[in-house]
Amino acid sequence: MSITVDGINKRFGKFQALNNVSLDIPEGKLTALLGPSGSGKTTLLRIIAGLESADSGQISFSGQDVTGLHVRERNIGFVFQHYALFRHMTVAQNIAFGLDSLPRKQRPSKTDIQKRVSELLEMIQLPHLAQRYPAQLSGGQKQRVALARSIATQPKILLLDEPFGALDAKVRKDLRRWLRNLHDEFHFTSIFVTHDQEEALELSDQVVVMSQGRVEQVNEPIELYARPESRFVFDFLGQVNVISGQVRQGSLSQGNAWVTLPGVQHKGDAQIYLRPHEVRLATAPVAHANLPLRIEAVSLIGSEVRVELRPEGWHSEGSNNIWEVGISHAEFNSQRPTRGDLRYAVPEVGHLFTGNDAQPATVNWAEAELAPRVRLIS
Amino acid sequence: MSTANQASAVKSQRWPLTKSRSKRVLPGFGLSLGISLFFISLVLLLPLTGLVIEVSAMSLSEFWFVITDPRVVASYKVTALAALAASLFNGAFGLLLAWVLVRYEFPGKRLIDAVVDLPFALPTAVAGITLATLFAANGWYGQFLTKLGIDVAFTPVGIVVAMAFTSLPFVVRTVQPVLEELAPEDEEAAVSLGASDAHVFRRVIFPALWPALVTGVALSFTRSLGEFGAVIFIAGNMPYISEVTSLMIFIRLQEYDYAAASAIASVILLASLLLLFAITVWQARYLKRLEGR
Amino acid sequence: MARTRARSLHSLQHRRVGDSPAIKWLLISIAIAVTAGLLIMPLVVIFTEALSAGWSTFADNLLDQYTLHAIGLTLFVAALTVPLNLVFGVALAWLVTRFRFPGRKLLITLIDIPFAVSPVVAGLLYLLLYGRNGWIGSWLADYDIQLMFSWPGIVMVTVFVTCPFVARELIPLMQQQGSEEEEAGVVLGASGWRIFRTITLPNIKWALIYGVVLTNARAVGEFGAVSVVAGNIRGQTNTLPLHVELLYQDYNVVGAFTSASLLAGIAVFTLAAKGFVEWRQARTLIRLQAQEIAS
Repeated sequence: MSITVDGINKRFGKFQALNNVSLDIPEGKLTALLGPSGSGKTTLLRIIAGLESADSGQISFSGQDVTGLHVRERNIGFVFQHYALFRHMTVAQNIAFGLDSLPRKQRPSKTDIQKRVSELLEMIQLPHLAQRYPAQLSGGQKQRVALARSIATQPKILLLDEPFGALDAKVRKDLRRWLRNLHDEFHFTSIFVTHDQEEALELSDQVVVMSQGRVEQVNEPIELYARPESRFVFDFLGQVNVISGQVRQGSLSQGNAWVTLPGVQHKGDAQIYLRPHEVRLATAPVAHANLPLRIEAVSLIGSEVRVELRPEGWHSEGSNNIWEVGISHAEFNSQRPTRGDLRYAVPEVGHLFTGNDAQPATVNWAEAELAPRVRLIS
Repeated sequence: MSTANQASAVKSQRWPLTKSRSKRVLPGFGLSLGISLFFISLVLLLPLTGLVIEVSAMSLSEFWFVITDPRVVASYKVTALAALAASLFNGAFGLLLAWVLVRYEFPGKRLIDAVVDLPFALPTAVAGITLATLFAANGWYGQFLTKLGIDVAFTPVGIVVAMAFTSLPFVVRTVQPVLEELAPEDEEAAVSLGASDAHVFRRVIFPALWPALVTGVALSFTRSLGEFGAVIFIAGNMPYISEVTSLMIFIRLQEYDYAAASAIASVILLASLLLLFAITVWQARYLKRLEGR
Repeated sequence: MARTRARSLHSLQHRRVGDSPAIKWLLISIAIAVTAGLLIMPLVVIFTEALSAGWSTFADNLLDQYTLHAIGLTLFVAALTVPLNLVFGVALAWLVTRFRFPGRKLLITLIDIPFAVSPVVAGLLYLLLYGRNGWIGSWLADYDIQLMFSWPGIVMVTVFVTCPFVARELIPLMQQQGSEEEEAGVVLGASGWRIFRTITLPNIKWALIYGVVLTNARAVGEFGAVSVVAGNIRGQTNTLPLHVELLYQDYNVVGAFTSASLLAGIAVFTLAAKGFVEWRQARTLIRLQAQEIAS
């Protein structure tokens, strides 16, 4: 069942939570609504569910307008951020609740309901907890029960509101994997809300980035990460290194820093956004860039080493005057960079924002030697 | 389950172009609103009309004459002063009691905690005859007090005692939760900076309790203004000396002077409602400041 | 100076403001003394006086026909008042804690009116409206219906005086619990009654029970308002508190305290019920917290 969101507006008092939001959620896919708090993502989810009503606009499921339909009739599964398990019912009773609430004619027999509950308990791997009460469960267990409860009535659409927000990092990782498997097995059309970009990029087929009540970008995770289409998305999806300055005669300069921009015709203000993995560190400037930085900190955070640097002789307000570059452990061991060392950043791929343009142009220095050209986002 | 889908498919066909935006998610709004409004109107608001009609049937001068009758005015003074004295006592002792119940452990604590609510649960007439018996000249307390030259029964002091008894729980139960919620870190910070116990209490703890204390004392005062059953047995009810306003109303009723009774009642009612309003506004404003809205 | 500060920092964990033994035991002594003298002693007096003429007199007083009539009338009034206020209290609590609408705060304030109003004034309000000269009362008199000076008047006035209690017990609790569980029930397709019965009711069970117990105690004990509407001519329309007053003014102290002891017994039961409810809630909370830590 696909979902179409058309021109949704929602206001709480003076605060415009959603501003003319339109979206297509394809059938059978797992979509993430990603954004900081206040972006409107939870409001949108609740409007799709029917737990809130929009001021204007339309929601359709597979072409059928459900805007006026009460949440009870929409046959969706909803998982609340804090689980909302019925504290006075056992796990089994919680899971059976949706089936028990069906009108008599549609309700399966008691034995059928029990069978279904057992199947679901097996699936969430908690059959031994059937008679426990929610307060006796851990956070991860509660979340699985909440999920089982929501799919017991076999909805076509599954909506999750920051499902893993209240859990420890390790439990979160396990449950993420588990949710993806569940989705793949049952082919729900799922939407989940999160502010954790790692989670959104890892889990979903499609990411909807939202900010201040608007949709910033909708893409597959890979595309989103490789080709962010706005400054906001860039900033939100992780650390970004910025150099801003004036473009003159094919290169951008600020203070004593400069970068050539092969094939760029623009003159005037511009910024280049670089990801930590799109930059190398060298002990001397190179032909296409002179970006001196002094090392502030080196942290061995896991699979790679993160080096934090402060621009020397120039300024980077776009990234709080801190640049972050990732180097491999091998490189760390051979170079032994320490605090206070001077290094030069060597950009390999960058994203150029000119003037007030929202969309960046990709600049590729690694290929520039072979065929200098600028690739524009279409 | 396909039946469920069919059912919802049919339902959505029935609502293709519904523009209803004010659907509430949780059920029962209409029913609970209906019951609540009906009940409140019938029980609380409608009876006020009777009073309004009765009072408006009087001319302004009649009204003024009744409510400024010297005996009635004396009753205002007696009632207000006694209520004030009782509330201040309750403020001090209620605070002490709340403090002791929240901060200390001692034998009999649970009993004391339970007994604090006794005035709330005990009928006022029972409280009245009991206090009168205790403090009468030959009563268990009265004997000792008269030897010390203190007369309680049949004097305004008795009124204060009765009022203090019946509204003590208001102060204790308003202050207790606030005391329980006090963050220990605030005190610890003050002490680590070198402040003495008294200083910490005065500058850190008491200001945090102050709004709840004021609310409790105000509630106690409002309640005491109208107290009847507990007061009339111990008061002596001597005109101009130990007669409370609620008794004045009752006396006028017994004389079938409904007009006078209504006039006096309207004064007291107005005072109580104004106090209630003031308490509500004070609480709302204080909460706003606390939560930074 | 540094050393004293170090020492006091060390003992901070076990010593808060007011924990010094001198102050602590002084305050506790005062608290116990005044509580015992002002609150507990009255209870002792009631039962002592009631039994001061012996058990057989106590029994005779209880079984006296006027006393029995008063007990019957009181129970009858309570039996009508409590269910009415229960329904109202639940409806109001559901309304103000589960929905947002203009005037919501006003409703919450209105419910405190019976607390602020003197019971005599409350009685007067009803007398003026439903008495023979009131605008409703005179209309009813045309149909030979008399509400004042008989049991309907007593019930109405008792309903007025006791209407806040159930709502005031439920509202803070339901606000604190939030409506997520009920929302989950709606999403899962349950009807309104099913949600209330299976989700809300179990969550508010103890507060509701205490609200009923308290309403009952106050309904049984109401004096000032009932005095006004029950009429000057007592004997047929005496509730138990009015009966107590009558006996006391007849200088039948033992008789008065006998009836008073019944009422005091109900008050003590109410206190015990509250203690029990709080103990249950605390115990449940501790058990759940321990299990959360364990799992």
